[in-house]
Amino acid sequence: MNKPETLKPEDQPLGLYAKREPVFNRRIDGKFRRIKWAIMVICLAIYWITPWIRWDRGPYAPDQAVLIDLAHRRFYMFSIEIWPQEFYFVAGLLIMAGIGLFLVTSAVGRAWCGYACPQTVWTDLFQHVDRFFDGDRNARFRLYKAPWGPAKIARRLAKWTVYLAISFATGGAWIFYFADAPTLQQAFWTGTAPAVAYGTTFVLTMTTFVLGGFMREQVCIYMCPWPRIQTAMLDEKSLLVTYKDWRGEPRGSVKKAEKNPGQFGDCIDCNQCVAVCPTGIDIREGPQIGCITCALCIDACDRVMKETGRPRGLIDYATLEDAEQEKAGQPPTRHLKLIWRPRTILYFCVWAGIGLALLFMLGTRVHTQLNVAKDRNPPYILMSDGSIRNAYALRLRNMEGRPREMELSIEGLKDGMMWTEDMAREDASRTLTRTVPADETQSVRVYVVAPSDTSAQEFEFKLQAAGDAREKDEAEVNFDAPEGQ
Amino acid sequence: MANKRLDEATNTETVGHEWDGIEELNTPLPRWWLWSFYASIVFAIGYVIAYPALPGIHSATPGMLGWTSRGQLDKELKSAADERAKTVAALKDMPIEQLPQHPDLMRAAVAGGAAAFKVNCVQCHGAGAAGSNGFPNLNDDDWLWGGDLKTIQQTLIHGIRQPGDDETRMSQMPAFGRDGLLTPAQIQDTTSFVLSLSGKEKPSAASQRGKAVFEANCAVCHGPEGKGDRQFGAPNLSDAIWLFAGNRDAVSTQIGNPRHGVMPAWGTRLDPVTIKMLAAYVHSLGGGEEFAAAPAEAQPEAEATTAE
Repeated sequence: MNKPETLKPEDQPLGLYAKREPVFNRRIDGKFRRIKWAIMVICLAIYWITPWIRWDRGPYAPDQAVLIDLAHRRFYMFSIEIWPQEFYFVAGLLIMAGIGLFLVTSAVGRAWCGYACPQTVWTDLFQHVDRFFDGDRNARFRLYKAPWGPAKIARRLAKWTVYLAISFATGGAWIFYFADAPTLQQAFWTGTAPAVAYGTTFVLTMTTFVLGGFMREQVCIYMCPWPRIQTAMLDEKSLLVTYKDWRGEPRGSVKKAEKNPGQFGDCIDCNQCVAVCPTGIDIREGPQIGCITCALCIDACDRVMKETGRPRGLIDYATLEDAEQEKAGQPPTRHLKLIWRPRTILYFCVWAGIGLALLFMLGTRVHTQLNVAKDRNPPYILMSDGSIRNAYALRLRNMEGRPREMELSIEGLKDGMMWTEDMAREDASRTLTRTVPADETQSVRVYVVAPSDTSAQEFEFKLQAAGDAREKDEAEVNFDAPEGQ
Repeated sequence: MANKRLDEATNTETVGHEWDGIEELNTPLPRWWLWSFYASIVFAIGYVIAYPALPGIHSATPGMLGWTSRGQLDKELKSAADERAKTVAALKDMPIEQLPQHPDLMRAAVAGGAAAFKVNCVQCHGAGAAGSNGFPNLNDDDWLWGGDLKTIQQTLIHGIRQPGDDETRMSQMPAFGRDGLLTPAQIQDTTSFVLSLSGKEKPSAASQRGKAVFEANCAVCHGPEGKGDRQFGAPNLSDAIWLFAGNRDAVSTQIGNPRHGVMPAWGTRLDPVTIKMLAAYVHSLGGGEEFAAAPAEAQPEAEATTAE
């Protein structure tokens, strides 16, 4: 029997599972941190306030400015109301959002990741909570290392309670986009809201709690497809947070540099850029997928450079092209100039083109629609006087917030007359007038009769709303007749 | 005892089995996988206790929650019935001739009738209610017994030629050929006359002879001009619609050896509300008579006010 060899740590094969290295990012203040604060406040404010904005649409429609009314299948956004069959507007907006991201990425790199992505915003918020309860970087690190005791448990429980409160506010706010916010809020607290509201709140609370409180940068690095896609979109003209190694290397402390002038670069190896990083990476290793380009390391490095009396921008936004130029001793391209290049202009044109097309369609769309389905069983029947009758199921759609009178008429089909299921044939005519309730679809069964010698042919139903010649719709349908006619 | 040793290439322990030099590496499952596996086992135990799971000879174990798929269906059916209860109650109290004055109820009745029709009536009248040879087309405006709501309801409740129902629609056309009431020649003449009534054949000497026979034998029920009489369920012979085909063969067969259709008395099988809904549906198919309701113009407005 052989005795198994003992494994030395360095002999260990690369595991499938790397344990997460916790990130304790230090507090920093600076230009980019302030931008980040501002964007965070704006994003959170939009998220939490939007459902509470009121918008008067008259007596027939809800007064919530932004409302996704799944039950009634309507989507309201300020003055726009979208019906399910107009969902291409939403699809168009999503495509615009996608191309907008391309545009932003090619112009300013991963700015979305660094500033506006919900994962970034909420992670940032949770990291501030960490700092509030456990102190800054070193204190948090000490607490992390400390054995579990009453004090640590109390701190952790308090922190997680705040995590939960924020998560609940986040998950709870989501449901207000789908129902009248004040009504739903009251129902929510009195326990009378629908189960789906509680379920959604619970799920989103827990995902916020886990993703923002614990998984954090792992979401960006392992789960999110967007960094990979962006990596493919970045080119030598995209802004990246760059450590200017040609200026910084070799690293040496201030003392060393004073002793040996000219031998060391500007980087004093103070590790501040690593300390402030919310994803825990070392930017000096070069561009990497973990870098969300939040630029907090720029703030940190600029401060150190100022304190040591060196020029700012050892770590700075720069393009790969800049890096080459600077290395060669030339001045970098001005960043504003980077925005105007074929790629960004093309993205912008596509983006704006879709936007204009949507706006045009929104402006010219008609709020009157007619759908017709012909009865196929039986395709036609004979009436006792020998005439031929076809039946049609019509849907008259009034997409305006007021009841409207609409005139339905037959175009073509010589001597064709129509009546509906709630009328007698004696009252048949070639035009019928009906009032369609506000924001509703009215189903009508229409019987069309034509003389016995009519042959199978096509004709049109036309729906014309009263008062506006533009508000009309037509539908071409078949009229079936016995064969041989 | 198998030899456990480290694989050189990967530095992983082997499980110790070897087959012709092929060894299996002892690569442990990822922990998250293992834990979710254990969690599924725990879940499965709970599931078996809570729900019907283990099959027996006659039935499965009932489970603590007492859930059954039949029970769930019953519950869903009951809740659907509860939802309709208000409409059903309103329909129950509403005399059928007043139904057209309540567009919402009428709409509900027509929808309910359409569903009930598909269960009970399509076997004879067809899915589109277009009937077939011997089974009336309910879409047209030709009615044997009458096409207003009340009459349709009456026909539905008591059926046609339903034995044992005193109020059933009963009519019996004599078998003029089989019983020897008319000679074959007379039957052919009468056929000519009947077909000339709707213009299917041109008037001829035969139809002239048939006219006399018709007046003597048929006009009692079908009327002197063959317009029919709903009191006897006698079809209108002068229109374009034929219960059986409108050709010489079919008509002469019907005179000589008539066929009599039967419809069950649905009053003994369906509840009054369903029958009311069926009547409303049949009435709505385009041939309904006597729209006693308010003028059609006022109807959409009534809808608009209820929609508010």
